[in-house]
Amino acid sequence: MVPAILTERDLRLDLFRGLALWLIFLDHVPNNIVSWFTIRNYGFSDATEIFIFISGYTAAFVYGRAMLQRGFVIAGARILKRAWQIYVAHIFLFAIYIAEISYVASSFENPLYVEEMNALNFLRQPEITIIQALLLKFKPVNMDVLPLYIMLLLLFPAVLWVFLRSTSAALAASVVLYALTWEFGWNMPSYPSGHWFFNPLAWQLLFVFGAWCALGGAPRLAPALRSPITLWLAIAYLLFAFAITLTWHFPRWGYLVPRWLGEWMYPIDKTNLDVLRFAHFLALAALTVRFIPRDWPALQSPWLRPAILCGQHSLEIFCLGVFLAFAAHFLMVEIYGGFLMQVLVSVAGVLIMIATAALISWYKRLEGRGSGTPKRPASADVAGGEA
Amino acid sequence: MRTWTAVRRAVVLCALLLCSAGARAEPADLCAVPGYLLFGDNLIERVTAAVRKDKTLKIAVLGGTSSTLPGPDGTSYAYPARLEVALKHRLPNLAVSVVAHTKRRLSASEAAENIKKLLVNEKPNLVVWQTGTNDAVRGTDPAAFRATISEGVENLQAGGADVILMNMQYSPRTESIVAVDAYADSMRWVAREREVPLFDRLAIMRYWYDAGRFNLYAATKDIGMAKSVHDCISRALASLIIDAARLEPQEGAPAR
Repeated sequence: MVPAILTERDLRLDLFRGLALWLIFLDHVPNNIVSWFTIRNYGFSDATEIFIFISGYTAAFVYGRAMLQRGFVIAGARILKRAWQIYVAHIFLFAIYIAEISYVASSFENPLYVEEMNALNFLRQPEITIIQALLLKFKPVNMDVLPLYIMLLLLFPAVLWVFLRSTSAALAASVVLYALTWEFGWNMPSYPSGHWFFNPLAWQLLFVFGAWCALGGAPRLAPALRSPITLWLAIAYLLFAFAITLTWHFPRWGYLVPRWLGEWMYPIDKTNLDVLRFAHFLALAALTVRFIPRDWPALQSPWLRPAILCGQHSLEIFCLGVFLAFAAHFLMVEIYGGFLMQVLVSVAGVLIMIATAALISWYKRLEGRGSGTPKRPASADVAGGEA
Repeated sequence: MRTWTAVRRAVVLCALLLCSAGARAEPADLCAVPGYLLFGDNLIERVTAAVRKDKTLKIAVLGGTSSTLPGPDGTSYAYPARLEVALKHRLPNLAVSVVAHTKRRLSASEAAENIKKLLVNEKPNLVVWQTGTNDAVRGTDPAAFRATISEGVENLQAGGADVILMNMQYSPRTESIVAVDAYADSMRWVAREREVPLFDRLAIMRYWYDAGRFNLYAATKDIGMAKSVHDCISRALASLIIDAARLEPQEGAPAR
């Protein structure tokens, strides 16, 4: 089936991507009391799933239309240009990270942490570290998402080509790749050892599923989503996941999880996008779509505006969030890491993200390519921020 | 799942706020650890049997640098030596010995290679296996790490020893440099799968930090705090051993 691409902007995508960006930031601030708000404490999946799904959706939306109108070469070139932008952003963040770590390392001495300080040895071999970072093999803590995104976009021209011929075939191929990845343990190598924390060969499933929804899958799912069976299944699964997560917070209740269930369920693998995580995301998405319609009036309210703004400039705000998490850790190390500081850096960080998103919107309007006057055909902004 | 502890810490924090608002008079024990962080349901029954039979408790600590302290007399202040002191104090009727087998930058797979030798040479009743830090630093594949420990625990149990797993230290300064959570989760899963106790050093030290007991951010050459932390670890570990082996500590010896 040749996909029918929706034409109207779906503000829900912007809203939830903006919220996901905030949650990712809060989760990245180490030892942050505020992060108990974030969804990963109440179920299997977390904000990363939301971010990758919506990114797949918007990428298909923007570049799918470009490919239909301008052909494979032009659309493919635009996708690769986007991947390049993200690569540059990643390397920029890496430079900031090295600056922070070098500073923290130079003042760090404590006989309690002799072993942990070995982690700083990579600073002694800049020639290796920097090359490995440029090859996306050395990825510092919390800098795993952008390399995943780059890989997904590099594959996307081919994926989109298949999509424009048969959406079902594209989704099926994605599922097969996911299954083979699990079966044979495929992943990409990391430096100094190990593999990518977010295995692109597994996580592509969520990205391609997002694309499938954008390219005509959503209407096909609609009857299933309206069914009360889906509703109750989703609610039951979310409650189940919540109960299981509670036993992580309170290990004494661990015995309430039957042994066979634990053996079947654990480990819940984030690296390879465990089916339990994927199902948890699906359940959340099913409830969201059911209870928050496309024309939900609150989407126009000023209260949700900040999150929507952030979601509309996802690359910039994501990178800013990574930087702010580093900065927050720096302040906690150098000044004070207690409760008040955790709240302060969390609130300040989200406010800075909102202010920056507003600034970018204002600037883009000034340049005359904002949402008000879409001069360029198939502007990325129409789809809710860049892909 | 990196913050299983987040909810827990929120609860702890609220509790702390309530307590500090209420009773401020009583000086709190520096080392106190809430029971939910320390005690689980997994027993060490080989230890129980050995204690009943021979009145001996031979413990081997298998670990890396974070089971030691630097300096000429560092060994005597590190938690393995302090554990022996704490256990002798609380179990005066037993012949307790704790031998530390530590090596710089010991990874889980290197430790696992030493298991056979350890079992033959020492015949310990209990092995405290401290691991995780170096694998996190090196970025070992978490799945491989999990398989290594799981197999190591199986070998230790097959050799007649009980096992307590000990995870990494809470090190706030290196939190944005070393990602320990995947490894901490792996150890929790192995502890669950093999039904062995886990001494959750990560969560316990984080609790101490959150409760204001130790400033773990401090950049200092002074070894004073490191000694206190190790002493507290040894006492908490002694409590875990006594609880998991269902031993009866001497009356009068303070239960800490």
